[in-house]
Amino acid sequence: MPEIRVTPLGAGQDVGRSCILVSIGGKNVMLDCGMHMGFNDDRRFPDFSYITRNGRLTDFLDCVIISHFHLDHCGALPYFSEMVGYDGPIYMTHPTQAICPILLEDYRKIAVDKKGEANFFTSQMIKDCMKKVVAVHLHQTVQVDDELEIKAYYAGHVLGAAMFQIKVGSESVVYTGDYNMTPDRHLGAAWIDKCRPNLLITESTYATTIRDSKRCRERDFLKKVHEAVERGGKVLIPVFALGRAQELCILLETFWERMNLKAPIYFSTGLTEKANHYYKLFITWTNQKIRKTFVQRNMFEFKHIKAFDRAFADNPGPMVVFATPGMLHAGQSLQIFRKWAGNEKNMVIMPGYCVQGTVGHKILSGQRKLEMEGRQVLEVKMQVEYMSFRVSCYMPANGETVTLPTSPSIPVGISLGLLKREMAQGLLPDAKKPRLLHGTLIMKDSNFRLVSSEQALKELGLAEHQLRFTCRVHLHDPRKEQETAVRVYSHLKSVLKEHCVQHLPDGSVTVESILIQAAAHSEDPGTKVLLVSWTYQDEELGSHLTSLLKKGLPQAAS
Amino acid sequence: MAAHLKKRVYEEFTKVVQQEEIATKKLRLTKPSKSAALHIDLCKATSPADALQYLLQFARKPVEAESVEGVVRILLEHYYKENDPSVRLKIASLLGLLSKTAGFSPDCIMDDAINILQNEKSHQVLAQLLDTLLAIGTKLPENQAIQMRLVDVACKHLTDTSHGVRNKCLQLLGNLGSLEKSVTKDGEGLAVRDVQKIIGDYFSDQDPRVRTAAIKAMLQLHERGLKLHQTIYNQACKLLSDDYEQVRSAAVQLIWVVSQLYPESIVPIPSSNEEIRLVDDAFGKICHMVSDGSWVVRVQAAKLLGSMEQVSSHFLEQTLDKKLMSDLRRKRTAHERAKELYSSGEFSSGRKWGDDAPKEEIDTGAVNLIESGACGAFVHGLEDEMYEVRIAAVEALCMLAQSSPSFAEKCLDFLVDMFNDEIEEVRLQSIHTMRKISNNITLREDQLDTVLAVLEDSSRDIREALHELLCCTNVSTKEGIHLALVELLKNLTKYPTDRDSIWKCLKFLGSRHPTLVLPLVPELLSTHPFFDTAEPDMDDPAYIAVLVLIFNAAKTCPTMPALFSDHTFRHYAYLRDSLSHLVPALRLPGRKLVSSAVSANITPHEDPSHQFLQQSLERVYSLQHLDPQGTQELLELTIRDLQRLGELQSELAGVADFSATYLRCQLLLIKALQEKLWNVAAPLYLKQSDLASAAAKQIMEETYKMEFMYSGVENKQVVIIHHMRLQAKALQLIVTARTTRGVDPLFGMCEKFLQEVDFFQRCFIADLPHLQDSFVDKLLDLMPRLMTSKPVEVVKIVQTMLRQSTFLHLPLPEQIHKASATIIEPAGESDNPLRFTSGLVVALDVDATLEHVQDPQSTVKVQVLYPDGQAQMIHPKPADFRNPGPGRHRLITQVYLSHTAWTEPCQVEVRLLLAYNSNSRIPKSPWIEGGEVSSQVETSIEGTIPFSKSVKVYIMPKPARR
Repeated sequence: MPEIRVTPLGAGQDVGRSCILVSIGGKNVMLDCGMHMGFNDDRRFPDFSYITRNGRLTDFLDCVIISHFHLDHCGALPYFSEMVGYDGPIYMTHPTQAICPILLEDYRKIAVDKKGEANFFTSQMIKDCMKKVVAVHLHQTVQVDDELEIKAYYAGHVLGAAMFQIKVGSESVVYTGDYNMTPDRHLGAAWIDKCRPNLLITESTYATTIRDSKRCRERDFLKKVHEAVERGGKVLIPVFALGRAQELCILLETFWERMNLKAPIYFSTGLTEKANHYYKLFITWTNQKIRKTFVQRNMFEFKHIKAFDRAFADNPGPMVVFATPGMLHAGQSLQIFRKWAGNEKNMVIMPGYCVQGTVGHKILSGQRKLEMEGRQVLEVKMQVEYMSFRVSCYMPANGETVTLPTSPSIPVGISLGLLKREMAQGLLPDAKKPRLLHGTLIMKDSNFRLVSSEQALKELGLAEHQLRFTCRVHLHDPRKEQETAVRVYSHLKSVLKEHCVQHLPDGSVTVESILIQAAAHSEDPGTKVLLVSWTYQDEELGSHLTSLLKKGLPQAAS
Repeated sequence: MAAHLKKRVYEEFTKVVQQEEIATKKLRLTKPSKSAALHIDLCKATSPADALQYLLQFARKPVEAESVEGVVRILLEHYYKENDPSVRLKIASLLGLLSKTAGFSPDCIMDDAINILQNEKSHQVLAQLLDTLLAIGTKLPENQAIQMRLVDVACKHLTDTSHGVRNKCLQLLGNLGSLEKSVTKDGEGLAVRDVQKIIGDYFSDQDPRVRTAAIKAMLQLHERGLKLHQTIYNQACKLLSDDYEQVRSAAVQLIWVVSQLYPESIVPIPSSNEEIRLVDDAFGKICHMVSDGSWVVRVQAAKLLGSMEQVSSHFLEQTLDKKLMSDLRRKRTAHERAKELYSSGEFSSGRKWGDDAPKEEIDTGAVNLIESGACGAFVHGLEDEMYEVRIAAVEALCMLAQSSPSFAEKCLDFLVDMFNDEIEEVRLQSIHTMRKISNNITLREDQLDTVLAVLEDSSRDIREALHELLCCTNVSTKEGIHLALVELLKNLTKYPTDRDSIWKCLKFLGSRHPTLVLPLVPELLSTHPFFDTAEPDMDDPAYIAVLVLIFNAAKTCPTMPALFSDHTFRHYAYLRDSLSHLVPALRLPGRKLVSSAVSANITPHEDPSHQFLQQSLERVYSLQHLDPQGTQELLELTIRDLQRLGELQSELAGVADFSATYLRCQLLLIKALQEKLWNVAAPLYLKQSDLASAAAKQIMEETYKMEFMYSGVENKQVVIIHHMRLQAKALQLIVTARTTRGVDPLFGMCEKFLQEVDFFQRCFIADLPHLQDSFVDKLLDLMPRLMTSKPVEVVKIVQTMLRQSTFLHLPLPEQIHKASATIIEPAGESDNPLRFTSGLVVALDVDATLEHVQDPQSTVKVQVLYPDGQAQMIHPKPADFRNPGPGRHRLITQVYLSHTAWTEPCQVEVRLLLAYNSNSRIPKSPWIEGGEVSSQVETSIEGTIPFSKSVKVYIMPKPARR
């Protein structure tokens, strides 16, 4: 029985290090290669020893597929390919290929330069790893080898996020990665065609959640910002560099445009500028609105949003500033927060989830006096708001293997000659009724063909063997053999109307190709023995005929 | 260079005129015998490619009805000879086109077509031949035998292996098949044939294109008035899960059709033993399609939902169902929270982390996700990725809400939500929708808040649509009114150009909510019980806005004027004079009420002014045989009366104007016929005839105005108008006949006139019985004689008949409005000329409101008149027209001006024209629509009527600097 086996390698139920091993039709594919943000030891990477126990990674895996550039989906890639050792192909989409190394490098810097970790992958390793990447387009079918093919579909979520269909023969698996069905300000909704996979592996973080409409949430956010700016206050929005930041930028940009607002919006420098550049490049991956307005103007070439300079924080008048990082635990966002916290006109909006212990978490839980380093006490007079947007996504995984038996359909080629012969015999095919067809199945080089028996014999170079069945039927009939034959003939003639029944001069009777001879019984002259003989092909008619004869001849004839 | 540029500019503007000339020339070229030429061409052709070229060339020109038969014979002859399938294909398609020619009966070629069909091997040619048969069949709808025969042919070819052939067969069945059992003529066995069954069998064809064609054929049957069986419903439901989007899209339509046919029949729900109404079941299924994979299907489904008004409210309300969940526990939606906050009177949203955290605790095992959390179709539709789907969903929401007040109340939150969509079109559409359902709803304060936030939108369309919406909104509290006023004033300071629209909005807001405005008056007028406050500036638009609100509220609230201070009364008097359309007449203490006491709720028929109108018209029609002098006087009197009536009663202006115009035409005609010239020998009265021909010309103009400048003109009026025009043409003919010498020019004129009469007869054949005793009635009686007689005699006959003809009664239309236009911008007040370099262009913004114009996209033009007498007509783009309300349009466009250098600034005139084309009634020849893209893409313009005051713009083209 063919089967599909799925083994998640990432463990832990809280935060991802997405990594799933799929065996399908004898092929092994690794889906995503993520890392865990919460650990600093070996546990931060998936357990590749599960595979390496049995040999090298390259020998075992046919390919690796990365769904999108978030580190919990691609963070372990350099470790996996360079340190554990994998030389096979790695598939990802073009935007992922462009943005992924930036994030990996950033992550490496934090881990090695800031935290001083040893035994971590190097810049060179990231570069080497990216050399193994094969970029794919949406809806492009890539033949990994003769049997394994993969195809990418749009998934929304972040720029370049894709869902993958993995197909071997007629068996297939769809892996969604992270995806979203409701479009946001810069990305569209996920879409896939009716591909009917045997197995669907999907992200299910929000499977049990139904959220407020996007517009409600956006309106709340915009209203808060708008009111604060109208009051003349300054608004601080701490964000992480990618994804969310772009969405909010677009949201504010269009709102400013729509409402004709003049207050400046600043964007703190860093990663995001580079990322914005890629957003501009990969415009086809964004949503309908951005694609449509692209002709007039690239939405990512912001009109109202300018790069932030440290000196701007002290400027008078209202402004909106996006600053990294998102949890107010360090860096620019914290600096600005300290400057602005004292004024009740100002506002800070936390667009995401904050980990316990960070300044962000403290102010969200209502703390108004914060102890900063150096024993300073910072009084927070500014308004603190939060937005109920998404939390980070994770994928539950448990390290166990799931096996899924499949029953793939096997395609069989049929020769045209056979089909036409069959057509000539009977009515047109009816979709609702099965039809019986005689032919020979040839299995050769793992492909199947159905041909007529003559052709099969010819192809295989075999002589045809005749297989005849013979059967004796005892008839109680005192008359002569010839007369018995005549009676049999007339009886069969009357019963089998649609067949050709003949009486041959030598006294035997034929029905189509079935031969019937009558002979006297050697011991009992009152009993006649009918010898019925037919070939294998006429089995149906032959058995019918014998059963007919066994019933005896009608007496009325005498 | 500059001159060249200028030339290019003019070329663009004069394009249409040139094309018209080409078209007329072309028609004349097509006279010589076609069949002979074609025959020669085809015989000359040596290779199939050549023959194909000849055929293609041939197909570009039209063929007259008389020569079709010959051409068809020759084509068929070549068809039999031809071996190349592509040539045969072209011939087959030509046969189809030819059989569509008006005035040609194609039954003679049917036998041949069926004949060649039987011997044809190529699938493509077969399909094309079936198409030809379809054309023949549709041309002969009343011939049952032919239809039956064609259906038989189609059934025979249904088993063809090519999808193209099967497609065409199904199309043929859909267009020609009938439900009646066809009985073969010889009576040998009843070939009972149920077309629906046959088509239904192809719902499960292996080719998706054939499946689509089968569904389309079924829909076609329905369109032709056959009642579809209910059994189709189940088959169609299966097709909803088809792999191909065009199949699903067609299936959704079919389901909708069946649900409209059998709304009340009962269908079982699979996997349970419950039963529900079919329309509800279909509604559910179409709702499901709103979350289809293909956006084309989603748009289709969302659109159809809107027209399913019979669905039960229980199902209807589920479409808006959305329960928020977090880890399988119910959460309250923002809408619910807003509602609660509002009802509890609390304000400020949760500033605490987790204030929207789920409250109830539920055992995860016991929850059925689908039941508790399935979102409604509209929730999906309104949050769709594609704005096309969102617009369709909003439209559907609008239609359903109009028929169900309770649903309207429920969908309000969602509609308000859509005001913040990212695409402007969607925002605009949802504002319009809201306006349409505003009778059924009352806005809550928090909803009003969201609505009003949109007032700051930078798009003028959005703001004006919103003003329009606020005009007919019900507000529940006085805070709401205050909020609206504050936001509108904010809007006014931000965008001062919105002044008029805001004032108008406040007028309605005030008159709808007098009791809510009353407690606000002291605050709004900033009066103080003890102190006199400063008198506000009378020219401040914001202050005027406040006063408009208050005065309109005071109209139905007699206690309000007591709260006014002295200067308010003075301001009232001033505004009543200067902005009389915004400020109503008030019953103020110590002042007399000056206004007609007609209240608005009297229906027009009981209205005395309407009676007056009726009576004065009756008087005119009944006194037909008065002496000429008396008739003229009466007509003049009545026309004057009607004009005054129109000025006084705005709602009767359309009818009064319309009738007055008609009477004026009659008056002119009578006057022209009363001229002495008719009794005297022709040469003596050359001078006087000027008057008569001027009258004829004026009548023509007036009739065009009557036909095209009024909306709501029905066919019976059009007949009368055309009849009047015909009389004018007759008058023109007679006058020219008397003043010109020689017979030759007369000959052409007579022929033209008789053609006009013939055309009249063809267009209005159905209405002729109503025209007893009229000019045309008599003329048609004598038509055979006229055709054969000499021009001089024709003129004589026409003359006597024109004098004898009676005055036709013009039936009054129900609703009639005169088209009018006002140019808002350019205002024509500026003394600063627009300066630009000569030869280059300058863009002039034109902003105008159009009232009661039908199809403005194709009729309204902008005319620019230069001081040198040059006139330019500009066709605005269709996208320049907006539709802010019923019967109103707004034109916002740019006009490009250009001229050679002038020595000093001068004024150009800008005005709006209404273009018309009276030939639009003639059915177009199928050759023009079916053939290649002809040069006559734009509809030609016969003439134009100016319908707005012209505005002067000061411009100054400077010579270019070197």
